Amino acid sequence: MSLRATTSQTIGPYLRIGLEWMVIEDLAPAGVAGAREAIEGRLIDGDGKAVNDAAVELWQANSHGKYASPEDLQHKPIERGFRGYGRSLTDQEGRFRFRTIKPGPVPGPDGTFQAPHLNVTIFMRGLLKQLVTRMYFPDDPANTQDPVLALVPASRRPTLIARRKGNDLLEWNVILQGSNETVFFDF
Amino acid sequence: MRNKDEMTIAPYRRPYWDTQPAYLFPKYASTVKRAPTQPLVILPHTLSETTAPVFGYDDIRTTDSDLTRQHKGEPLGERIVVSGRVVDENGRAIPNILIEIWQANAAGRYNHVVDQHDAPIDPNFTGAGRCLTDANGQYRFMTIRPGEYPWRNHYNAWRPAHIHFSLFGPAIVSRLITQMYFPGDPLLDYDPMFTCVADLKARQRMVSSFDWENTIPEYALAYRFDVVLRGRDATPMENRR
Repeated sequence: MSLRATTSQTIGPYLRIGLEWMVIEDLAPAGVAGAREAIEGRLIDGDGKAVNDAAVELWQANSHGKYASPEDLQHKPIERGFRGYGRSLTDQEGRFRFRTIKPGPVPGPDGTFQAPHLNVTIFMRGLLKQLVTRMYFPDDPANTQDPVLALVPASRRPTLIARRKGNDLLEWNVILQGSNETVFFDF
Repeated sequence: MRNKDEMTIAPYRRPYWDTQPAYLFPKYASTVKRAPTQPLVILPHTLSETTAPVFGYDDIRTTDSDLTRQHKGEPLGERIVVSGRVVDENGRAIPNILIEIWQANAAGRYNHVVDQHDAPIDPNFTGAGRCLTDANGQYRFMTIRPGEYPWRNHYNAWRPAHIHFSLFGPAIVSRLITQMYFPGDPLLDYDPMFTCVADLKARQRMVSSFDWENTIPEYALAYRFDVVLRGRDATPMENRR
């Protein structure tokens, strides 16, 4: 049986009505293992203006590199209370924010391992389908071996790596257009 | 140790030609400053892409699926049942996934600070609902039929009546936000969102059908909206190169 997937449509300007009930900016309650990080960023459009009507969603593995999904068959520990999903709706300055733990490495193609990363899905007015990107962690030696970063032109890789702003604070901005345009994936 | 099952990932199908929108679609003016301008990087489907969060009955209340019962009084407008089935491209039911919907009220006004359309807000209608699909991929909402409304994309632009649908699939790459339209709406052909794809069948899949069997006598009419999420390629591939 072969069907065609339903066509994507924009989230539109009124996303808060439908999505605000499940804003999850703090992904890891006390007791969840892993190195804690706060992530802050801004979403900027092609005019340099803040995007104040976007939903930024995270999906990540736990600190052992295990996704809380039945599709993940790895024999690794599950962390109780850690779903690995986050949702932040941007404010008037285009800001989104999360507090989470750094994920562990997860398997990649051909027996490789992927560097710790957050899978990021972005919806907004003006996008007929979501943007898909990734955030990697600064100064992680595994970044140089990551099979997905390796697919990205070297000059653009820095757009996927957060900047350290404090002991447990990272900054990662998403630039929609221009010379510092964030890398987006054809997913 | 990693075993064979852990390392075998069947990738999801790539979109069929002309059935999914491009990012840049100038008829929808807001895409111009928001669509990526640099080439996209093709993402291999690893465990990061083929997994997704799981939601359950702890996340929602059963009353969340009835948008007509969220306030003291009844909302104005025509009550409708909106139901359907969520399957993947291989025809398999997608059970236990979260669906979120939001919509304008019967007068075509959203209960949102950004909406300045000169139509009344209905104090008895928020316009948001959610539910989980059952074991057969079925879902059901009770709501009111949303109104059409003007927007400022171009001169005399009106959106056809629609309900926003957000769905989580079994994989993060099957995450879908779409809109459900109503059959026979004369505004559809003028709408840059509905007409954002060239494939006419793809457009029609976003149009619900009148659903006589699920009407409730003396209470509500019904519309059926089935959703297809991306499915995996037929054969799992090992050691993709």
